[in-house]
Amino acid sequence: MSVPHKVGTVKSKQATNVKAPVAKVVKAAGKKKDEEEATDTAEGEEWMPGKTLVKPPDQLDLTEEELNEEITRVLTANNPNAPQNVVRYGFKEGCYKPIIFVDQMAIHFELEGNLVHKESDEGRRLMAKQAEREEGTGAEKLDNVAKAGEKERKLTNQFNFNERASQTLNNPPRDISCQTEPPPRANFSATANQWEIYDFYVEELKRREKSKEKQEGQVLNKEEDKSKKKIIQAETQSDDITQLAHAAKIIERMVNQNIFDEVAQDFMYFEDAADEFRGEKGTLLPLWKLQYDKAKGLSVTALCWNPKYNDLFAVGLGSYEFTQEERGMLLFYTLKNSSYPEFIFNTTSGVMCVDIHEQLSYLVAVGLHDGCVAVYNLKKKSDQPVYNSTASSGKHRGAVMQVKWQKDDLDSNHNFISVSADGRVVSWTLVKHELVFTDIIKLPATDKVPDDLKDVIATAGTSLDFHKQKDYHFLVATEAGKIHKGSKYYSSKFLETYDAHFMTVSRVRWNPFHPNVFISCGWDWMVKIWDQTIKSPIFTFELKTSVTDVAWAPYSSTIFAAITNDGKSRDHA
Amino acid sequence: MAETVDGKKDEADYKRLHSFPLIRHTDMPEEMRVETMELCVTACEKFASNNESAAKMIKESMDKKFGNSWHVVIGEGFGFEITHEMKNLLYMFFGGSLAVCVWKCS
Repeated sequence: MSVPHKVGTVKSKQATNVKAPVAKVVKAAGKKKDEEEATDTAEGEEWMPGKTLVKPPDQLDLTEEELNEEITRVLTANNPNAPQNVVRYGFKEGCYKPIIFVDQMAIHFELEGNLVHKESDEGRRLMAKQAEREEGTGAEKLDNVAKAGEKERKLTNQFNFNERASQTLNNPPRDISCQTEPPPRANFSATANQWEIYDFYVEELKRREKSKEKQEGQVLNKEEDKSKKKIIQAETQSDDITQLAHAAKIIERMVNQNIFDEVAQDFMYFEDAADEFRGEKGTLLPLWKLQYDKAKGLSVTALCWNPKYNDLFAVGLGSYEFTQEERGMLLFYTLKNSSYPEFIFNTTSGVMCVDIHEQLSYLVAVGLHDGCVAVYNLKKKSDQPVYNSTASSGKHRGAVMQVKWQKDDLDSNHNFISVSADGRVVSWTLVKHELVFTDIIKLPATDKVPDDLKDVIATAGTSLDFHKQKDYHFLVATEAGKIHKGSKYYSSKFLETYDAHFMTVSRVRWNPFHPNVFISCGWDWMVKIWDQTIKSPIFTFELKTSVTDVAWAPYSSTIFAAITNDGKSRDHA
Repeated sequence: MAETVDGKKDEADYKRLHSFPLIRHTDMPEEMRVETMELCVTACEKFASNNESAAKMIKESMDKKFGNSWHVVIGEGFGFEITHEMKNLLYMFFGGSLAVCVWKCS
């Protein structure tokens, strides 16, 4: 664009320029200077003087005359390049004729355009095609076409409108796919029948009852039932420690059994023929020695085998001295573990007697030195007796010498009978959570006591035994040496009285096989066997010292064992 | 005759005793289980005579609460083998003779 400018100016200036005949020869470098000069002269005196005339190095040097010479230039429309002597052959004359009028058009630049006139056929065709293409896109496009049409009419020239286009970088498209893991699935199958439903309900009710019983027993403990939170099929989760305790218990037993294996074998199968010959020395072989550290200082006052579990027996510990400190224990040992007692109960006072219920072997009745009776439940884990008699509920005023369980009464309440040093024979009934007492009989005072004081001074009962078959007959032995036979149904009088011993009768027992025979022993060195129909004893044995206890052998009606104060035990047949 | 009468009494007795809702098998979390059980009990009590409506009610509520594609079967005698999404199964008894099985599987 700048080039035609320059050419234009140069040409126009050339027309008026007189001084420079060799303007055509001037190159591009020279052109600029000419322009400068031209602008100088055109603008005139406004330019500051001090401009030196600059000559191109190849400018012709002319004389002044030649410089002043006027040269006429004429502009014609003739194409200087057009041929001036075009000749054509004329067939008419038969010779070449010169053509005068030669085409003077000189084509400087030719460009084939692609603009088509709207009205022409081709233009119309193109417009139709465009319209077809843009019909589908909707009215907007038509509008656009219309607008475009309008724009076309607008004549956008290159001075006012500038089109610029650029393309931003398009990120290449990428395919990404993902599949989530489906939630885990499981199979399950079951049958829903009436009987299945019924069975399950019955089971559930049983389970609930059991848990209720457990909860009642564990009121003192603070265990929670965790089974509610788990699936029904899962077992109740107990602590690791309690599971460990169970395992430890078994191991302890195994260890003890291994240690005392010989002893256990002897217990079962011992038979020594040498027994016949050993006169005074003693033929009983001590098998186990059971000791408990905390029981030191206490004397064993009562023993009782558990009727259901043959290896379990109860030991009552107390003291025979009345001045010693009042405390007692109830221990349960098992022959399987002779090193440590299975159950330990501490009692407030010394234990004098123990009895275990025949059928419910977890119920243990205990008679204490202070006259209380207590019932322990071995199933429950608590250290306290389930029932306890207090002063208000008619406890004895003297030490309880003997307790014995009875059969359940008509209301199926458990009951037991106790005899004590205050001379009362009392029956206790376990009603719900209480002990209810009923006096059965009062031991009659001895003859030596004057009549006025008979009601006050009591004769102490020392032993009590119930007939094996006729449950209502019982024998009570007293400190006065008398044995009374009574009946549960007669509360005022005894059926029979036997003058047994001169001193305290320490034990009276029925024969387990013979319905009429019982045995008694006393501090007067005698053991007497009686028939209940006869007033005087059938047999009398004299031992060298006072006899403290006597018991029948469970397997034979003619063998009994007696213990004396000198620490000896004798078997008699 | 007296025996049958007693038998009927016993039946009625155990139905009364056994009408509490009892979960037979489930692997749902605690909250979900309680809610679902309550919903089933409500539905069964409301539509005591029409198992289909009860099932419909349960299914729609479960879909809304816990997500799509729950299945519900209510009846007194049927056997089944199903595939269920883990932690989304409840099988319970109710009313002494109804069994309800609710599971999710999309």
